[in-house]
Amino acid sequence: MFSARRRIRERDRAARAAQRGLAGAVVDAAELSDAEAILDIQGLKTTFHSDEGTVHAVDDIDLVVRRGRTTCIVGESGSGKSATARSILQVVDNPGLIEDGRILFRADPEGPVRDLAALRSKGDAIRSVRGREIGIIFQEPMSALSPVHTIGNQISEVLELHSDLGPAQIRERVIDELNNVGIPRPDERIDAFTFQLSGGMRQRAMIAMALIARPALLIADEPTTALDVTTQAQILDLLGELKVELSMTMIFITHDLGVVAEIADDVVVMRHGKVVETGPVDQIFHDPQHDYTKELLASLPQRSAPLGEPEAPEATPAVGDAVPDGGRPGSVDVVEVVSDPRETVRHEHPQARPLLRIRDLRMEFDAVSGTMFGRRRKEKIVAVNGVDLDIAEGETLGLVGESGCGKTTLGRCVMRAYDPTGGELLYDDGSGAVDLAGLSQKQLLPYRRQVRMVFQDPYGSLNPRMTVRQVIGEPLRVAGLARGSELDDRVETMLERVGLRSSMASRYPHAFSGGERQRIGIARALITSPKLVIADEAVSALDVSVRTQILELLADLQDELGLTYLFISHDLSVVERICDRVAVMYYGNLVEEGPAEQLFANPQHGYTRALLSAVPVADPRVRGTRERVVYRPDEGESEESAA
Amino acid sequence: MTSQTQLPVADPESDDPTGTETTDRLDTETGRSRTEVTSAPQWKLIWWRFRRHRLAMIGMVILVILYVVALFAGFFAPFNTTSYSGQHAYQPPQIPHFSFSEGFYVHPTTGATDPETLAPVFTEDTSQMVHLGFFVEGDPYRLLGLVDANVHLFGPEDPGQRWYALGADRGGGDLLSKIIYGSQISLSIGLVGVAISLLLGLILGGISGYFGGTTDTVIQRIIELFMSIPTLPLWLGLAAAVPPQWGPMQTYLMITVILSLVGWTSLARVIRGRLLQTRGEDYVLAAKLDGVPTGRIISRHMLPSFASHIIATVSLAVPAMILSETSLSFLGLGLRAPAVSWGVLLQNAQSVNVVATAPWLLLPGLAVVLAVVAFNFVGDGLRDSADPYGKRS
Amino acid sequence: MLRFTIHRILHVIPTLIIISVISFFIIQLPPGDFLTTQVAALEAQGESIDPAQLEALRVRYGIDDPFWIQYWKWISNILLHGDFGLSFQFQRPVIDLITERLPLTILLGVATLLFTWAIALPAGIYSAIKQHSAADYTISVVGFVALAVPNFLAALVLAYVGFAYFGQSVGGLFSPEYVNAPWSLAKVGDLLEHLWIPVLVIGLAGTAGIIRTMRANMLDELYKPYVTTARAKGLPEGRNIRKYPLRISLNPFISTVGWSIPSIFDGEVIVATVLALGTTGPLLLAALKSQDMYLAGGIILIIAVLTVVGTLISDLLLAAVDPRVRFGKA
Repeated sequence: MFSARRRIRERDRAARAAQRGLAGAVVDAAELSDAEAILDIQGLKTTFHSDEGTVHAVDDIDLVVRRGRTTCIVGESGSGKSATARSILQVVDNPGLIEDGRILFRADPEGPVRDLAALRSKGDAIRSVRGREIGIIFQEPMSALSPVHTIGNQISEVLELHSDLGPAQIRERVIDELNNVGIPRPDERIDAFTFQLSGGMRQRAMIAMALIARPALLIADEPTTALDVTTQAQILDLLGELKVELSMTMIFITHDLGVVAEIADDVVVMRHGKVVETGPVDQIFHDPQHDYTKELLASLPQRSAPLGEPEAPEATPAVGDAVPDGGRPGSVDVVEVVSDPRETVRHEHPQARPLLRIRDLRMEFDAVSGTMFGRRRKEKIVAVNGVDLDIAEGETLGLVGESGCGKTTLGRCVMRAYDPTGGELLYDDGSGAVDLAGLSQKQLLPYRRQVRMVFQDPYGSLNPRMTVRQVIGEPLRVAGLARGSELDDRVETMLERVGLRSSMASRYPHAFSGGERQRIGIARALITSPKLVIADEAVSALDVSVRTQILELLADLQDELGLTYLFISHDLSVVERICDRVAVMYYGNLVEEGPAEQLFANPQHGYTRALLSAVPVADPRVRGTRERVVYRPDEGESEESAA
Repeated sequence: MTSQTQLPVADPESDDPTGTETTDRLDTETGRSRTEVTSAPQWKLIWWRFRRHRLAMIGMVILVILYVVALFAGFFAPFNTTSYSGQHAYQPPQIPHFSFSEGFYVHPTTGATDPETLAPVFTEDTSQMVHLGFFVEGDPYRLLGLVDANVHLFGPEDPGQRWYALGADRGGGDLLSKIIYGSQISLSIGLVGVAISLLLGLILGGISGYFGGTTDTVIQRIIELFMSIPTLPLWLGLAAAVPPQWGPMQTYLMITVILSLVGWTSLARVIRGRLLQTRGEDYVLAAKLDGVPTGRIISRHMLPSFASHIIATVSLAVPAMILSETSLSFLGLGLRAPAVSWGVLLQNAQSVNVVATAPWLLLPGLAVVLAVVAFNFVGDGLRDSADPYGKRS
Repeated sequence: MLRFTIHRILHVIPTLIIISVISFFIIQLPPGDFLTTQVAALEAQGESIDPAQLEALRVRYGIDDPFWIQYWKWISNILLHGDFGLSFQFQRPVIDLITERLPLTILLGVATLLFTWAIALPAGIYSAIKQHSAADYTISVVGFVALAVPNFLAALVLAYVGFAYFGQSVGGLFSPEYVNAPWSLAKVGDLLEHLWIPVLVIGLAGTAGIIRTMRANMLDELYKPYVTTARAKGLPEGRNIRKYPLRISLNPFISTVGWSIPSIFDGEVIVATVLALGTTGPLLLAALKSQDMYLAGGIILIIAVLTVVGTLISDLLLAAVDPRVRFGKA
């Protein structure tokens, strides 16, 4: 559309305009509250105005980011941490607006100090800062990158805007940068589209884009939240290395205190748009001043000591640089382990009588694959690959694994939401074993009341068109077990038991917060007086403090009602906190299983070790003392294929 | 999923409805208090949201008026469709005069043909008056097809006299009366046609979405096939197949069926899409795990969630039907006189020459536009308020 | 890309076969046939027909053969000899009648499509970018009304306005002096002068529809995270919108170019009848009314083929511009 010459002319004009704009925003260096500061936010107010009312997302905050350090902004959803980060570059989502305050930014230690908040949000001046002096990474790289442009195209754009390089030089630099962020075969990947890359690779591309113009400040807005824990560990390592290598300053936004403990130098705790507490990371974790910080820390499962050294009877650890994802040796010790994913490491068996015995469970899905160019061929995806697992009466069995490992499928097979392709589900409540997998839907009905499920999404799993009374009472009503006022009484009793008011029964789900909805979901599961409850990521969608309340509720109910839980989660810290025994899945296979204490203290399987080593520990003092284990399955599949 | 959901730490002990983003949004969207919103069922939320949609409310009022007039056509129309006065062919509209001594009146006219231009010329006889009044007796009709009556809302006080509020057609019939009577067919054909389409769409879209797999593929291919045939030739072909000797009622039914044969495809697609979407919802799975029988899952859990969307889609399909009927009749392939519909009336205005002499013959077109715009407004409003729980785009 | 194309073309063939059967079926639907219509017309004028001659005609036209034989005769002649049969009414080969008028139809269709897009896309985009502005509301309301006006009514009104205020006849695609004149620059100019009215009228409803869809698509894309990403790189607003959200929100249109052909043709039939244009529309109408089956069937078939080909082209175009489709990840 534009000729190259016109584009250059346009760029020169913009550059001159930017210079004028920036000159107008210069502030005396004495105004900085800290001479070391690269960024000094003073009295920032960012507000969202809409027909639906006004939200003060950022409400008069002061914040200093010192040069060369990593500052973590931590807070729960709605705390305004993300809005703060976006305000710095004036890229707040519509209809957000910076109402007041100054954002003093000093790119060079000796350079002029400029007030970014004084610049026009669509002007040339702020544009010359974006991407060139301040880079930003967003949470979900799939949606933060355009699906119809190659990553090379999108990364090159930064250099087209902020440098005088020609197309060939730019391409060379981009390939170079992709290599720097650990993307293998960068000369091919430069022409890849986002959907052709795995989540980790996408985020690496995003990092390359943010860093290619060598900004002085990098803002990372929840960059690992959407990633699996092992990928998260890799990305955190990468960011740490790059920060040192490029001697930049980083603002890292997260809700995960474990991540904070791993990478932060300074911490800013935010809540409801206000800064609650700031300080060096050690002080925040070991000497918190504010009640809210204390509350947050208390909600964390405290892991007392670093993980024990594995005895490694089957795994053959091999120390070396040949990490499959192309990562380079950095500040972290990297250990690579290889073991067979099809083998299950079993610690001692439980003593109690098993309530459910899963035998050789298989679940296959037909998937249509192939491109529009190729012929469509049907492929079988093996989601659960011959799993044997016992759940003892009264225990809590944690089932962990990363996305796509088959843990949810396994849970749904047990519920018979899916019909398993093979295997047995032997359920025995004391009156003899029944194979749930072999029952017809009709025969299954009585067992539907004994085996219940709590869903992950507290929003999607409650029918918004039914009142809480109807939702909770539905299983009793359809089974004809209760009706009329008796049904209402039982529903109301159950509501009170899960910590809600009986008067709330006539409300609709939209009147409840996430935590309350999850309580309703639990009430629905328990109304039939079940034996076994399958909780599928039941607390994953909740904020930390609410999560703690729900976990406590689940534990109380277990004591009270003698429930057995199958607790499916990707979050190892939650599992460690509440589970008696743990089973680990990897691509459909059960790789390790045993009592929680043993498994966490002494993981045997290579994958379990890798998984555990990737979990951030919420204690800054442990930082750097752990080695990073990287797992490679025996078959030699690359990480790439796991998109 | 982890970000931007609920506010932290809801106090479960508190009896106040807790603030959630959804309630906050619904408060402001519906203009209702929080207590009201927390225990409001879906249809109430939809209605509250719909009411704040100004254009949709205007459309709604227009539609109510149009349908009331159509229902009581005999009362609102000054004359019958069969009454005419040959000497008043192409009589221009007569605007009633008003004086306190005489009330409403017009002057009677006599028509003649200009010998040179062959155009009709009307001369007013200002010495005489046709008195007009409310609730006057006139042509007999059957109210709602049940009650014999002869009272008209407004018209000449003397039943023998003529008054042409919107002018006369070629035969000297009153255009206003014909437009009012025509609305009975034009406004109902859309509803009946859409009802048939909906039935077809529900069955085929339902089968397609429920069974999936090969059945789904086959039905989707058939739908694609239908969509790649230009609709008009299809109508024309089918409409030409209607024997001319059939009575108006039979033709009417046949035309409706023809219109819906073509119109069901898009409805079937929408229904299938919604069905697939709803089937994947967690709460439907939850109901299955509650042991709810399939029939009840469909009727109690799935249907209410997509009914509102279907209603919105249907209300946007009605105007297309109205337009189609008008076009077909206009081309002489739909309904034929003596049946009266807006399309049939517009047949009179087929050539530019006629339009040049009697431009008021285009007025039935205005009625079409009014009805269609009103339907579109309402449909748009319904679509916007159909899902009070979803995120706003 | 080549395999995809071949695959897609192979897909089209069964569709075309079914369409040809349906078109033939439709034209067979009306009771009686062309000869009975003719006979009735002649008898009404008091003329009588020699039954033997009539029988000869029936045999010649194969009117009494079963449906499948008639269909086979018809389609095999088209495929093998390019022979669309003879028009009963005009007593001329159908192919001649069609080739006379089809170019104008296609010209009208293409012009309408271009006009629709040229107006609707910018209007939709502007409406989305300036959401809730006065211009946005104006465009919406105008769109609503345009969507509600039956196109024959628009044609009549324009014709009436032209007649009443400019004293000129707006019918036809040529001024009388050019109708039978050989093609020349002046004739092309004259054509363009006449073309805008039918284009405007046929495009009216389509334009309004596309504005609404474009606006909705654009609003969906405008606030996507990747737009923020691009903004955070320092991309100027205009270039950002052109490169990212616009590019993506145009894709649905590319995929529906094919589907819009039938509706344009629908509009063309009606408007051409009202404005007395020399296109295929009025011919089809006349043929259907007089049960001139080969003529009607031929026209419907050609339009359907054009539609299917249009769909094919738009699918290929979409695959070319959208990598998600190309790699089966849509």
